[in-house]
Order: sequence, then C-alpha cells, then structure tokens
Amino acid sequence: MSADALGLKLGGPGGQAVVARLRKRAAEERRWAKVTLRVGIAIVAIVAFVCFAAPLLGFADPNQQNLLGALKPPSLEHPFGTDALGRDILTRVVYGGRIDLTFAVLTTIAAFVLGTLVGAVAGYRGGWLDTFVNRLVDTVVAFPFIVFILAIVTITGPGLKGAYIGVIAVSWALYARMARAEMLVEREREYILAAKTLGYSTRRIVFRHALPNVVRASIVFSMAEIVLNILLLSSLSYLGLGVQPPTPEWGALVAEGQDVLLTSWWVATLPGLVIVLVGIGFSLIGDGIADRFGRDFSLSGGE
Amino acid sequence: MGAYLLRRAVQAIPVLIGISLAAFLLIHLVPGDPARILLGAQATPKAVATLHEQLGLDRPLPTQYLNFITGAVHFEFGESLSQKVGVGKLIGTRAEVTLLLLMMATLLSITIAVPLAVAAALRRNRPVDHSIRLFSMFTFAMPSFLLGLLLILFFSLKLKWLPTSGYGSGFGGHLRALILPALTVGLYLAPILLRTLRIGIIDTLGTEYIEAARARGLARRLIIFKHVLKNSVIPTVTVLGLNIGFLLSGLVVIENVFSLPGLGSELVTAIGNRDYPTIQALTLVFGVSVVAINLLTDLLYSYLDPRVRL
Repeated sequence: MSADALGLKLGGPGGQAVVARLRKRAAEERRWAKVTLRVGIAIVAIVAFVCFAAPLLGFADPNQQNLLGALKPPSLEHPFGTDALGRDILTRVVYGGRIDLTFAVLTTIAAFVLGTLVGAVAGYRGGWLDTFVNRLVDTVVAFPFIVFILAIVTITGPGLKGAYIGVIAVSWALYARMARAEMLVEREREYILAAKTLGYSTRRIVFRHALPNVVRASIVFSMAEIVLNILLLSSLSYLGLGVQPPTPEWGALVAEGQDVLLTSWWVATLPGLVIVLVGIGFSLIGDGIADRFGRDFSLSGGE
Repeated sequence: MGAYLLRRAVQAIPVLIGISLAAFLLIHLVPGDPARILLGAQATPKAVATLHEQLGLDRPLPTQYLNFITGAVHFEFGESLSQKVGVGKLIGTRAEVTLLLLMMATLLSITIAVPLAVAAALRRNRPVDHSIRLFSMFTFAMPSFLLGLLLILFFSLKLKWLPTSGYGSGFGGHLRALILPALTVGLYLAPILLRTLRIGIIDTLGTEYIEAARARGLARRLIIFKHVLKNSVIPTVTVLGLNIGFLLSGLVVIENVFSLPGLGSELVTAIGNRDYPTIQALTLVFGVSVVAINLLTDLLYSYLDPRVRL
C-alpha cells in the first residue's frame, strides 16, 4: 500500500500526520539498511583481505609446531593463543579462512547458476521436463541436508571434494524450486507474450527477458546460503568427514580444541567466533540487499 | 477430508520412490567394488564373493532394488558390517534417543520463541525488536557444534550442573543428559520460528476482530493470550513441519558433539566404518521421516484450518 492510499483510507488531517510519521520511519529504515549493508561489506572484506593476503601480512606456516609453547593463552605475540602442538591459532584461522571462504563463495555460485538455469528452463517449458525436475527437487529436498551431504561423502570418501559435490548437489535444488516458481508467474506476464509475438527464440526469452526478473529472490537467498555453506563445511570437518588434519579449517580447528575446552577455552572458541563474525557479515549484506530490492513495496515507493 | 488426505498421500509416493532409489543406489555409486574396499587388496576371491552374497550384490540390479524395498517394509536391512547385529534392530534401539531429543528440542524452541515473538511484535521497530533481530542473526551464524561446546563449557565444566556428554542412566538421567543438546538445537531452531511468529502476530494484531476486542475494552493481556496466540498455532505447526529436515540436520551434528547414542551419531560412525547397509538404512529412515512428518503437518494444518480442505 502506498503512503497516499493509506492517507486516503485514514482520511483528513489526522491521516496526513500518520503519513508523515510513516514516511519518516521509512526513511529511517532505509538509512539503517544502508548502514547494515556497509558494516556487512566491511566485515567480510576485512576478513577476506587478511586471509588471502596472509603471507604479505607476515603470517608464516600455519603448521609450524612449537611444543614448548603449547596451549599458551592469548597474548600480544599470539593474539588467539596456541594449540596443543604450540601452533599459532590466529595463523591457522587465517589460512583456514582461505578454504572456508573459497568454499562458501564457489559452492553458492555453482548452486545458484545450476539451480536457476534448470528451474527457469523447466518452469518455462513445462511438460515432462518440468515434472522430472520437480520430482528430482522434491526428492533432494526431502532429505535433511546433512544426511544428503553425508550420503555423497560416503560415495566420494571424506575430504574437501566430497564437501564441494555434496553441498552443490543439495543446494541447487532450492534455487531450482525458487526459479521455477518465479518463472511460472513471469511466463504469463505481458512482456513475455510480447516477446513471443515478436518471434524471439525460447532461449532469448528465457535468458534475456525472464531470467533477470526471476533471480531477485534467489540473490537475496544466496547471501543466507553463503553463511549456511560455511556452516556445512565446518560441520563436516568438525565431524571428521570434511577437510582432514593437519590442514587448518575453521570447523576442524573447533574440533581440535574440544578436548582441552576446560583448561584452554581459546583453542575451540576463538576460531568458532570467527565463523560467527563472518556469518553475521554476510547476513548483514543479505539484509541490506533484501531491503534494497524490497523498496518498490515500501511505503515510500511512490516517490 | 478423506479425499484431501488421499490426495496428499498419493503425492508423497513419487518422493518416497525417489528417496528409496537414492538410498539404494548409494552403494552402487561408490567407485570400485564395495566388497574390495571393505576387505582390502589382499582379500581372497572367495571372501569377496561371500561378502557380495551377504550384501546381495551378486544379483541383478532390479532384483536387488526389489529386495531392498521388501526388506525396508519389514524394517530388515541386513546385518551391520561393523557391529554384528541386524541394522533394523540397531536403528530401533537408537531411535529412542533421537526421538526424545527431537521432542525436547522442539518444546524448548517453542518456549524460547513464543514470548520473544510476542515481545518483538508488540514493540515493532523498537530496541526490543532490533535486539531480538540481532539475536536471530547471531544464532543463525553460530555453528551448532560451537553453541553446544559453549553450553558444555559453561553449564557442565564451570558450573558442573549437567553432564558433559553421554546419555545417562534411567529415564531421569536421560532427560538430564538431553537438556543441553536439546537447548542447543532449540536455540538453533528458535530464530526461524520467531521470525514467522512475529509476522503472524503483527498480521493478527491488525485484523478487525482484534480491533473489535479492543473496542469492547478487553484487557491487552487477554487479547494477546486468547485471540492472538491462538491464531499463531497454525503458523507455528507449519514452520516446525517445514523445518523438520533442518531440525534433523541439527540433531545429527549435536548428537556427535554430546556423544549421544542416537541415529545421527550412528550415521557418522557408519560412514567412518564404511558400513554400507547401515548408511543406506539410515539415509532411507531420515528421508522417509521427513516426508511422513510433512504429511502429518499438512493433515494437522487442514484439521486446524478447515479452509484448506476446500
């Protein structure tokens, strides 16, 4: 409902005051959305920069052991402390971040592209293809996603490869379902009919005309997916079925610290909190994007 | 009602076939010969043949699938390769832990989410609402295993109130042992519930019958409890049903954090041991449970909201 329509409903001078208040609140919310987006981007950018520029920033070998300096609490020399083998935990977090961040971004992009294409084509074409894709999606989604990924890991064996295949194999289905649902709506819209009347090819209609309108919801969703995919990889590694030691990975680092939790809390906790920080960063970006896309529907949309 | 029930049940059949196919094909998709992988390179051809026979791999594929399905209907999945016991029996003894944990976690998450949702909805866009949103974001980004470890650190190791791991003994011991794992999963699920409830309550607050109740001068508290919350039951049930897969995923990880002898920890152990019959059976059980619970949710939903049946 636009502000004016609401004002009309409320009627008269009292209504105008309400409208003014709603406008002000909408403006505040928009400013807030901008802040969220910026804070989110800042968090992710800083963490990513530190991880990928690690050697330039003076972070040495993450597997460098120093048994005499084992399980030292956080200090200036070791900001995150050291683990049971005397390895610097911050260094391990930084190098582990390369694996986690790369994984999260690549799996999200791959599932997004694959799922959206399959879903959009199935939704536009309809018929047996649509039925088949729909059944496939239903089956994949029926499994608890961890169970599906673990089934894939059974086939590939534990390791990063299994995690990549598993996560992409499970999450493409969600994008496919979303793209298909959006396409079923888009397909009946006038501009598609117009494009058909003009004799454009199916490929051109799907990719150039419909797709840009279909992917909005998926883009918002993909930000949540990045967070989920980091959690999935770290969960797998925590369970011992993902990245194998001594390679540092965030979930594996938490698992390594579990045995010494009481005496040396930092070993498990600090790498874990980095996961939370990055997750919040991506969530903030997602919220910011969602608010931006949702602007047409906001009270101030007509301005 | 009968027709609706039947239609929903029929719709579930292709998914069930898909799930059984996926679970069945699992062992065939493993690169190489599963028997050779299990027995090692030095295995005699005879030993390999015996294992083939035990796993049923010597028969044609359609026969194998048929046997798999017939067995599954009778809850027979052959013998576990790592523990010399029937897989069906193994799952039977372990399901209790997972079910109990599932129920406690659901109850706890409702207990956490409902009051917070009411608070957030009543004070929309105020500090309370914002901080609850921040809390949601925090738990969403928090790996479940880390949350579990932090709870262990605080309640078990520092305060020594609750056991760190294991299932305890006796029913009381079981319940005590499950408090922290259930709380972990509950906190993990609560934000999802909270979000839907909050929107539901906000919508209900705007309806005419609430305005009418207000106009009649009913106490605010009474309106919230009698009218608003009653209408939030349906979305809560739906959200819980829709997220059952998410919930079960959480359980799989959390059972491992707390070393609980449930289905999730069994699955991870079985993968480590390449215990294929157990993995196949558990994959099937998890998939079918989700379908069954979704079906139940739909039925409950149509029972609570007669409009759906039309």
